[in-house]
Amino acid sequence: MKIDFELNGRAVSVEAAPMARLLDVLREDLRATGTKEGCGEGECGACTVLIEGRAVNACLVPTVQVAGQKVLTVEGLAEDDRLHPVQTAFLKYGGAQCGICTPGFLVAAAELLAEHPSPTRLQVREALAGNLCRCTGYQKIVDAVVAALTGEVEPAGAPGDADLDRASRTC
Amino acid sequence: MLTTSQSPVYVAHSLDEALVLRAAHPEAMPLAGGTDVMVFIEAGAIDPPGFIDLWAARDMAGVADADGGLWIGALTTYTDLERDDRVVKAAPALVEAARTVGAKQIQNRGTLGGNIANASPAGDTLPVLMALDAEVEVASKARGTRRIPMDALYTGYRTLAVAPDELITRVFLPTPHPADVQHFRKVGTRLAQAISKVVFGARVRLEQGKVTDARVAFGSVAATPVRCPRVEAALVGRAPDPAAADHLLVDIAPIDDVRSTADYRRTVAARTLRSFISSLA
Ligand SMILES: Cc1cc2nc3c(=O)[nH]c(=O)nc-3n(C[C@H](O)[C@H](O)[C@H](O)COP(=O)(O)OP(=O)(O)OC[C@H]3O[C@@H](n4cnc5c(N)ncnc54)[C@H](O)[C@@H]3O)c2cc1C
Ligand code: FES
Ligand code: FES
Repeated sequence: MKIDFELNGRAVSVEAAPMARLLDVLREDLRATGTKEGCGEGECGACTVLIEGRAVNACLVPTVQVAGQKVLTVEGLAEDDRLHPVQTAFLKYGGAQCGICTPGFLVAAAELLAEHPSPTRLQVREALAGNLCRCTGYQKIVDAVVAALTGEVEPAGAPGDADLDRASRTC
Repeated sequence: MLTTSQSPVYVAHSLDEALVLRAAHPEAMPLAGGTDVMVFIEAGAIDPPGFIDLWAARDMAGVADADGGLWIGALTTYTDLERDDRVVKAAPALVEAARTVGAKQIQNRGTLGGNIANASPAGDTLPVLMALDAEVEVASKARGTRRIPMDALYTGYRTLAVAPDELITRVFLPTPHPADVQHFRKVGTRLAQAISKVVFGARVRLEQGKVTDARVAFGSVAATPVRCPRVEAALVGRAPDPAAADHLLVDIAPIDDVRSTADYRRTVAARTLRSFISSLA
């Protein structure tokens, strides 16, 4: 079946089984491999994408349901070279270690930022409760998201050497 | 990727189309937010020969104020419930329940109708809907609509009194009495993403220090969500008395399973009930 939708602002058209998981269509057919698979059953949030602005697990969405809809993945967060504030904050606070969970956290945090300009720390934790991380212990992720939400971290240009150096030192 | 169903999907763009498709393809499984269906497919637990996709039938989503209460469309998501001021005011216990379902990603996609139709004894909204005297409206192309009281919906483990050509269309919540107190409590392994070991919904009317009406319902403590008529009867006509919880064991029939034991469930159900009743005094 031919399914048309909008991916990160671009019109795309795929030939897929209607019940194919959006996760597989993104990764296999559209080669947008930023979205990760962890559990495949809605528990871990690694596959989080926004559909019409709402964070959902792409492993649980049959592709037929995104026909005509707007899908945003981690690849769509940065605008040209300008990183999304949560991306900058993850760099600054060491919110990523192995990185498998990171795209899901970034997308879930982006929804939060769009919805709640000033959530409490508890609300941040609640909004990210569907995202699991085996590496960081969550503290740095929550710190990063809180910083992005309070506007402490502004959207930035492409990461410079200093940022990447700092990011690699947190591994 | 383990399994991709190759079965056809019939896409409904309105309730009417959905009912036509349901009549034409009685073998096909309805699909709402997919948060149960997709997990079952991935686990190899189901492989239906077709699906009726309701997601695009937007007239099945949303809240309307009519007939002395609120009508909540079957396709309304948990996030929609949490954000609707009328639901927050009339059914705070339902909103509490919605906020504990899965995590944000599940609340953004999972629907009230899906929770009801999935008929899990652990479905978190189900005891609350019983406590609020909800009625479930179902419809078929051939026979039109009918209303089923929530406490008559489940006829056995994961079975509902809904015919193969019917769909759940919406849920009616009568306007609460001003003296009603609502309550929701879920006990699981963690705050988010946890299937309930015990889930509790209640509504008690308190007038001049006495209970004049009571609904007590539990999930995860029997083959279906259950109302507790003996506890309710013991509560009515006197000041709130935690001793009413002593009748609970007659009303529930928990089992041992992967998530918990019957013993734990009996103990915790009785304690959540006692602590709620004590909070009223
Ligand atoms: C990670 C995770 C966590 C979860 N946590 C919870 C939780 O904490 N509490 C809880 O109660 N549930 C939980 N669930 C289960 C699920 O999210 C809910 O039951 C949800 O409400 C199902 O709604 P849906 O729209 O996704 O249903 P679907 O998956 O689309 O459908 C579920 C069932 O209902 C039928 N159906 C759907 N709509 C209709 C209709 N209008 N008429 C007739 N039949 C219909 C389908 O055929 C199917 O049998 C969780 C699921 C996941 C994956
Ligand atoms: S892969 Fe989708 S939630 Fe884990
Ligand atoms: S950084 Fe490794 S799982 Fe989160």
